[in-house]
Amino acid sequence: MEHIRTPKVENVRLLDRSSGQRKASIGTLYLSATHTIFVENNPETRKESWVLHSMVSSVERTPTIPAGSQVILRCKDFRVFQILVPQERDCLDVHTSLVRLSRPEKYSELYCLSFNPNVNKEERQESWSFMDLTADYKRMGLPNNLWVSTAANSEYRVCETYPSELFVPKSATPPIIVGSARFRSRGRFPALSYFHQDTLAAVCRCSQPLSGFSGRCQEDEAMLQALMKANPGSDYIYVVDTRPKLNAMANRAAGKGYENEDHYTNIKLHFIGIENIHVMRSSQQKIIDVGEMRFPSMTDFLYGLENSGWLKHIKAILDAGLFIARAVADEGISVLVHCSDGWDRTAQACSVASILLDPYYRTIRGLMVLIERDWVSFGHKFSHRYGHLDGDPKEVSPVIDQFVECVWQLSEQFPCAFEFNERFLVAIHTHIYSCQYGTFLGNCQKERRDMRLGERTHSVWPELWKERAQYTNPLYRAEQSQSQGVLRPNTTPYCFKMWKGLYNHAEKSTPPRQSPADFLSTVREESQQLEEELANQQEVPPGGTPPPSPGLQTRG
Amino acid sequence: MEFSEHIKTANVEDVVLRQPLHPPGRGTLCITGHHLLFSDREEGSCRQVLLLLRNIDAIEKSVENLLTCSGLFSNAGLSQRLSGSSGTITIKCKDLRVLQLDIPGMEECLNIARSIETLSCLDSMSELYPFFYRPSSASLRDQWGLSSLERHYSQMKELHDRWRLSTVNRDFSVCPSYPQAVIVPKSTDDDMLEKVAKFRQGGRFPVLCYYHKKNGMVIMRSSQPLTGANRKHCREDEQLLQAVIDGSDKGYIIDTRSSQQALQARMTGGGLESKSCYSSWKRLQRQMERGKALQESLIKLVEACGEESNNMDRWLSKLENSKWLSHVQTALSTAGLLAECVERDGHSVLVHGSEGTDSTLLISTLAQLIMDPSCRTLEGFLTLLEREWVQAGHPFQQRCAHSAHSHARLQQESPVFLLLLDCVWQLWRQFPLALGFSEALLLRLATEAYASDYGTFLGNNQQERCALGVKENTHCLFQALLRPRERDCYSNPLYEHTELAIWPSVYPQSLQLWRGFFLRWTPQTHHLEEAQEEIRNMVIEWGKLALSSCPASTRRSEDVQNM
Repeated sequence: MEHIRTPKVENVRLLDRSSGQRKASIGTLYLSATHTIFVENNPETRKESWVLHSMVSSVERTPTIPAGSQVILRCKDFRVFQILVPQERDCLDVHTSLVRLSRPEKYSELYCLSFNPNVNKEERQESWSFMDLTADYKRMGLPNNLWVSTAANSEYRVCETYPSELFVPKSATPPIIVGSARFRSRGRFPALSYFHQDTLAAVCRCSQPLSGFSGRCQEDEAMLQALMKANPGSDYIYVVDTRPKLNAMANRAAGKGYENEDHYTNIKLHFIGIENIHVMRSSQQKIIDVGEMRFPSMTDFLYGLENSGWLKHIKAILDAGLFIARAVADEGISVLVHCSDGWDRTAQACSVASILLDPYYRTIRGLMVLIERDWVSFGHKFSHRYGHLDGDPKEVSPVIDQFVECVWQLSEQFPCAFEFNERFLVAIHTHIYSCQYGTFLGNCQKERRDMRLGERTHSVWPELWKERAQYTNPLYRAEQSQSQGVLRPNTTPYCFKMWKGLYNHAEKSTPPRQSPADFLSTVREESQQLEEELANQQEVPPGGTPPPSPGLQTRG
Repeated sequence: MEFSEHIKTANVEDVVLRQPLHPPGRGTLCITGHHLLFSDREEGSCRQVLLLLRNIDAIEKSVENLLTCSGLFSNAGLSQRLSGSSGTITIKCKDLRVLQLDIPGMEECLNIARSIETLSCLDSMSELYPFFYRPSSASLRDQWGLSSLERHYSQMKELHDRWRLSTVNRDFSVCPSYPQAVIVPKSTDDDMLEKVAKFRQGGRFPVLCYYHKKNGMVIMRSSQPLTGANRKHCREDEQLLQAVIDGSDKGYIIDTRSSQQALQARMTGGGLESKSCYSSWKRLQRQMERGKALQESLIKLVEACGEESNNMDRWLSKLENSKWLSHVQTALSTAGLLAECVERDGHSVLVHGSEGTDSTLLISTLAQLIMDPSCRTLEGFLTLLEREWVQAGHPFQQRCAHSAHSHARLQQESPVFLLLLDCVWQLWRQFPLALGFSEALLLRLATEAYASDYGTFLGNNQQERCALGVKENTHCLFQALLRPRERDCYSNPLYEHTELAIWPSVYPQSLQLWRGFFLRWTPQTHHLEEAQEEIRNMVIEWGKLALSSCPASTRRSEDVQNM
């Protein structure tokens, strides 16, 4: 509370340009410890706008004009609010307060640690057990005679950023694991991400080897050999380095790099060329700018889109996932994926591959499980990447944004293949940034355990699950051909488009567009209702009156 | 039949056909006066592909082994030598499909290619297939067309006070490209119209094209006035327009050319309405691309779509460079402006460019779709197209002679009608519940405009159609599209009538490449079609359930919000 210089300013004008508002509304601005709240003066509506401090990405003050001084709030979900304050002094106070409030310095300042929904302790604990990764491994058929759970990383002894429970080939003994971990950046040794039961091929992940120009490590070589042997039908594995080859080579000078094919027998090295987090950060900024253009011509827009490079990067990630999925499903070859540290591009490529390989991850629950496994448990640095605390801006990068967008691009190509809709993806995106739940806090499992987040915060997954009705894609049918088996997307450039729903709120909401999906959802609900009623009717003896159907509407 | 002189080889066995979305097939190829027929002879399947020769935009042929064969078989006879060789014909269709035929025998291949080249662009209209098409399901005595200006006028009772039906053009002598009947202000007599016609290019004097029931405002269309370099004016023309806005303070003229283009037109006898002579009219210049530039834009876009490049930058820059989406944006925003003048500001508008047969029709049609719910149903839309494109004299024969693949020198080709369909598709995508027809209808129309079994799009205007006896000797496409079976697949299962105007967003991100058309022959379009099918099934199933459980039910009210 000490950061709030003024808790309340009256006669403020708010323009929510992102929701297509054209005229500013007048009202009162309140600053709370967690939110900026604007309440309209209009006694009929008294509309309230709440903006979570942790959703604010920048606060800008523009030069004073006769009507007052202006603060522009840009949010991490790409909304933009313009606030006009009559007195310059007030404006200064609002600005200073918001600058500080939007940049928390300690985890304890974050909303999830004060957020207190009306649940008791048991319910909170239960909310955390909603997500059960062991069950997912079990669903894949693990453990089996090829892959086993290893205790090597219990108490995070071998690798701090890995989860404590991991699957490795049966023949990978603890000495091999430990040796391999020593030879890998940050100790992130090869571990299983996804096991494909149909072909017995697996997707594994790790970080880059510390090979430099000539270094080698027997245990690491044995580890890769073990990966290959865990797939009985194959005599080699793919090692996918998701970086551009040039970057990988440059890393050798720093004692890192990539696998030397002379040292490892039976590997095929494949470079993908996904750019690093810094390139992605500036690319996203450019596409945000494109979304914010006021009256662009088609040429401006397409030029901006091309110039941002964003779709090119999305395509590279999808191509990486597709390469892995094809290797596993079509060739039956296991794949080991890494980048530098194995927590950004590797997470992207592995999770896209899983989505393509396994229809389960295209369901609402499945996508949650996938994000929990490949991102949360495997130590994707959420707090650094999404700027949860004031810190190094160079650590911030839209890595998971890109994964979520890949899923969206796929859902545009296969409208019947996903159980969830765009709203679900946007909701996940928001919560990754919002810090309202503890799920995405911190940078790895160990950090979350040390902070006792399970006792002090709530999990986002059961909340999203409760709301699943509004996140359901009415066109999804599990038994339909499009929903089954391996997805084989076309990645020709013309298949990609800008994700308007995420980057361009302004457009999204100018006229609330007619939505066939909403319409169909209602249709589906009503159909179910009708079916039930019909079933009931059949139980009514002949001559009996059918039960009335309240609120029933039909098309003429 | 005289076609036979163009057919040296009518049948070839053992031909391999490669076409998008299907595995290659081996079978027999036949060529007739109007069709290519391929029959798969593989066991268990009896696939036939029937292609209208008119649908072929361009072919490329290559014959192989000619030299090697003549070297190898130097002792053998000529025919043997040729039979050892083979050829390939690549067929590029106006519906953007690309087929490939591998034909054994070079001579056969060259004969077939020559026949295709000749028969696919016959000059004589009366030799075209619509005059030979005789389906068993329809009779030539069936009703031709959906409506006529006469019927339109008699149905619009609210017009009768101030507007009349004129048959000054009954023998097409006043304006060759107008229909026989037109609607004009009551106070202008036929003598005046004849004078006005002389003052407008091609005789296209201002006529009523749309009456907005809500406020009585109208859209008129015409061609440019022939003011010329010495700024002639025509009192009757001024009077006619004055009669249009009788009672209200002013009207708008939307000129689909830039000011500079309009001024330059004076040098060639054309021009624009001057402020001094038309004091109650406010002119708005909105430049729209036309003619050759539009055709080139289409060619570039189709080329970009056909390229199998993996490079995102290259695709985006080619898409931008084609300018097609810019044309879509301009057309929709100009139509939006027109609708705004009429619906929001309550003014009557005259629309013209130069000839008044292309961009004029484009924006007046779109504006009607935006404002008028009655043209958003399947019948309503087809009637609108019949009135505003076929009867109003869009020169289909010239504009759709070739599509994007042709290497022929461009003459009058221009994909204005295709641009209209694209814009309608954008509307359909932005308001999925407001239009009563499906994307399949738009795709069908895009195909039929270029090559058709039906007579609807034959010729350039009603006069030509009358001379050819189109009505008596061909079948009508619009009637065919409304038959019960067709109606099912061409109507939109989600359609909900709304009285409100549907204002399209013309923001670049709201406009998309029309994949259904431009990428029609790629596999992923198939997934989107599946989704449409799923929607149709869901709604049908739901309808059945609703019917069986609750016969007396109320209509769902769905709100379409205004911008």
